[in-house]
Amino acid sequence: MGGWQSALAPGGASAEAILGLFWPVVALLGLIWLLVLLVLGAGLLRRAGSQVPRQAYLVIGAATIGTVLVIIGLTTASYLVTRPIAAAAEAPLVVQLRGLQWWWQVTYREEGEAAAFVTANELHLPLGRPVRLELSAEDVIHSFWVPNLAGKQDMIPGRDNVLHLTATTPGTYRAQCAEFCGMQHAHMALLVVVEPAEDFARWRAAQAAPVPAEALAAEGRRVFEQRPCGACHTVRGTTAAGGTGPDLTHLASRGTLAAGLLPMTRGALAAWIADPQTLKPGNNMPLVPLSADELQALTAWLASLR
Amino acid sequence: MIPDQRDMGLDDAALQAALRRVWSSRGGLLGALASVDHKTVGRRYIVTAFAFLLLGGVLAMLMRWQLAQPEARLMGPDRYNQVFTMHGTNMMFLFAVPVMEAMGGYLVPLMVGTRNIAFPRLNAFSYWVYLFGGLLLWGAFLLDMGPDVGWFAYVPLSGPQYAAGKRADIWAQMITFTEVSALAVAVEIVVTVFKQRAPGMSLDRMPLFVWAMLVTAFIIIVAMPAIVTASTALILDRLVGTHFFNPAEGGDVLLWQHLFWFFGHPEVYIIFVPAVGMVSAIIGTFCRRPVFGYLAMVLALVGIALLSFGLWVHHMFTTGLPRLGESFFTASSMAIAVPSGLQIFCWLATLWGAQPRMAVPMLYVLAFFFTFVLGGMTGVMVASVPLDTQLHDSYFVVAHFHYVLIGGAVFPLLGAIHYWFPKVTGRMMREVTGRWACGMIFLGFNLAFFPMHILGLWGMPRRVYTYQPELPWAGLNLFASVSSVLLAGGFLLFFWNAWRSARHGAPAGDDPWGGPTLEWATSSPPPPWNFTRIPVVESVSPLWDAREALPVAEGLRLDRRELLITSLMDATPEARDSSPQDSIWPLLAAIATSVMLIWSIFTPWAVVWGSIPVAITLIGWFWPRGTPEDES
Repeated sequence: MGGWQSALAPGGASAEAILGLFWPVVALLGLIWLLVLLVLGAGLLRRAGSQVPRQAYLVIGAATIGTVLVIIGLTTASYLVTRPIAAAAEAPLVVQLRGLQWWWQVTYREEGEAAAFVTANELHLPLGRPVRLELSAEDVIHSFWVPNLAGKQDMIPGRDNVLHLTATTPGTYRAQCAEFCGMQHAHMALLVVVEPAEDFARWRAAQAAPVPAEALAAEGRRVFEQRPCGACHTVRGTTAAGGTGPDLTHLASRGTLAAGLLPMTRGALAAWIADPQTLKPGNNMPLVPLSADELQALTAWLASLR
Repeated sequence: MIPDQRDMGLDDAALQAALRRVWSSRGGLLGALASVDHKTVGRRYIVTAFAFLLLGGVLAMLMRWQLAQPEARLMGPDRYNQVFTMHGTNMMFLFAVPVMEAMGGYLVPLMVGTRNIAFPRLNAFSYWVYLFGGLLLWGAFLLDMGPDVGWFAYVPLSGPQYAAGKRADIWAQMITFTEVSALAVAVEIVVTVFKQRAPGMSLDRMPLFVWAMLVTAFIIIVAMPAIVTASTALILDRLVGTHFFNPAEGGDVLLWQHLFWFFGHPEVYIIFVPAVGMVSAIIGTFCRRPVFGYLAMVLALVGIALLSFGLWVHHMFTTGLPRLGESFFTASSMAIAVPSGLQIFCWLATLWGAQPRMAVPMLYVLAFFFTFVLGGMTGVMVASVPLDTQLHDSYFVVAHFHYVLIGGAVFPLLGAIHYWFPKVTGRMMREVTGRWACGMIFLGFNLAFFPMHILGLWGMPRRVYTYQPELPWAGLNLFASVSSVLLAGGFLLFFWNAWRSARHGAPAGDDPWGGPTLEWATSSPPPPWNFTRIPVVESVSPLWDAREALPVAEGLRLDRRELLITSLMDATPEARDSSPQDSIWPLLAAIATSVMLIWSIFTPWAVVWGSIPVAITLIGWFWPRGTPEDES
């Protein structure tokens, strides 16, 4: 229910465990709510003397003890569900996730054959393997929340938080910043692609590679390097090595542009570069004046960075 | 005037004439501004708070309009962030807390049978400070300088680096205004309840509403210092470059959240506990029997107050605190369901077979049961750590706290307005209009807010100015927005009813509902001196038990404002004390204080130079007049 950003359609172990607690709790509390209303309704319909019957003390006492028991039960159940969720697994895939106004920096560490690399706004996870997400924040507080996979965890400046999760169903899920972080809090999304281990390994190898040689010959590359783009963005293999904006080395391999704002199409790329402040007011990408030819070339080149 | 004239041996007419001479405020604008009558101040407080409710409602409708469809362009993010911040700040600090204190400030002196609130000049001062704080916030908003960092103003977003300009300072300083006025009223209520109760009104004969206000006053006194500390540290960070919340310089971001929620969670009970008192008052009167389990009700109030200070961390379950510690706060948060449940059970027992009279106040109580208990259930859910990691900061929480705040506090408040309106104005609110408004508000509220539970579970975060069409949220958002029109219509009908009834309502008489407590023993509206003769109380429902002839106490002087001081436990008379005269100085002191506080948004030197006028007005305020009170 609710699709690719829903706590009710779990695709991960934590989300499943939480939902397994959620429905019984809803049923129990819903029943109690109905009971209170039934007693109220019955009491209103009844005609009794001017005094409250003495047995009321017994009923109220029993109901209070019942409340206490329900609370003890729910507290225990909560604790039992929390414990395995918070537990660290052995040999997890470690991914560093950093929240910035208003996008996500994703860093995969070196692991065996696989080289380290940095990407943005898209997280790929191998199916069934435990993942350790190391969460941090660059500027203000953000919160990482993929409802289909796990509960949320805040990203707080000056603190290092960790979220353990294991994806159990392949698919593409959507995460969205859950802590108010300023102007574009609404447009700070992240795609999470859960894929079989071999697909994941292929993706990882492709992402780690720099821009292929033939792409370096393109006119768009010249525009990118001559214009101020490289001051904020990195494209591995070129001279552009800026660090304040998302890494664009394999931009066109991602599903979305500008942290979930637009689909990754050539048209959207052109629109975004031409006028980022109208599409995402307040974001940190300035408008760089380009001629029509330059914009054409730049867009074509970026769209080729797969 | 004979010095030391007493109220013994006079007939009612002569006595009232004498009381009118000392207790009436002077006419004219100056007289009105100088009034320290708790009823005048209380009326102003209540009307102002409802004006802010109306304004906050307009903001809510703007947000529902914006969210009715994906990628709507009614507002951009900058405007929307101001609007939702203003809505929350306004509703919490300018409506909910002040209106509850105002109800207490108006009703408590009447319910305990005294002639004015304790420290009446402080009371007048607190109103002016509250009004100026509200004007500051709304004035800033109209100048496009409204705060845009959320009503919780989390650092570092509200800190000097990420909130340039003065918007966050205005938020933080507005908090100072609210702190000052709230603490002042809290102190007045504690002293009024402890030392000015009518003879014989021992603690176990106090109306439950008075107990509720007493408990609320103590929560305010304990909770407010945390937010004083927090907002002061924020202002210092922003204005003079301290680094309380800057992790780069050894400060801590989470410190703000601890301090804010150590105040912020009790804040919820500052709003809810008075509402509990209102529900008790209404149920008792309309069932024509005292609320069942008086002792249990009082202990539950005290229990809620104590527990409310032990669960602030449930606002921080996703910040990465140790899991075992979090589980403790799950237990303490859920534990508050025990005293709350106990109160519900006692009310149900009172209602059982009582065939209550179904007037509008009672209808609001029924709406309260339906809505508040549901909100309590979702409250138990968000208290659970694993569930909260999914629900926190989603629209589920928006639904939850509107259920407890509107269902748990605003419905009882609207019922209380209908219930005490005849006492305040001398006229009844129109019953038929009231029923329609109640029905529209109840239905509109549930239709507008219930779908938000589902939106939250479908992953919709709070505080987003828009959402994208590829997410499945458009249908329920549109439904909520359309339903909110019904809710707003109900509120407009309520306002219209109050406006119209104040002028043309049927005359009420002293006691239209047959209430048990002392406020119904005096005329409607009450005279400036509240009670011509101070009543003596022999039970918890004095008007039911001694209806024909309420015993009275005599011996107060008539040549000055004088009230009776009684002992804390048993309310045995101890002394006569003078009550201050009207004075313009509280208004002047409030103006001087406001100038200093607003000025200090711009320079720390304002605290130095601005305190000089404050000192002058305080000297004027406390200047000895050579009256007997000062000489003895």
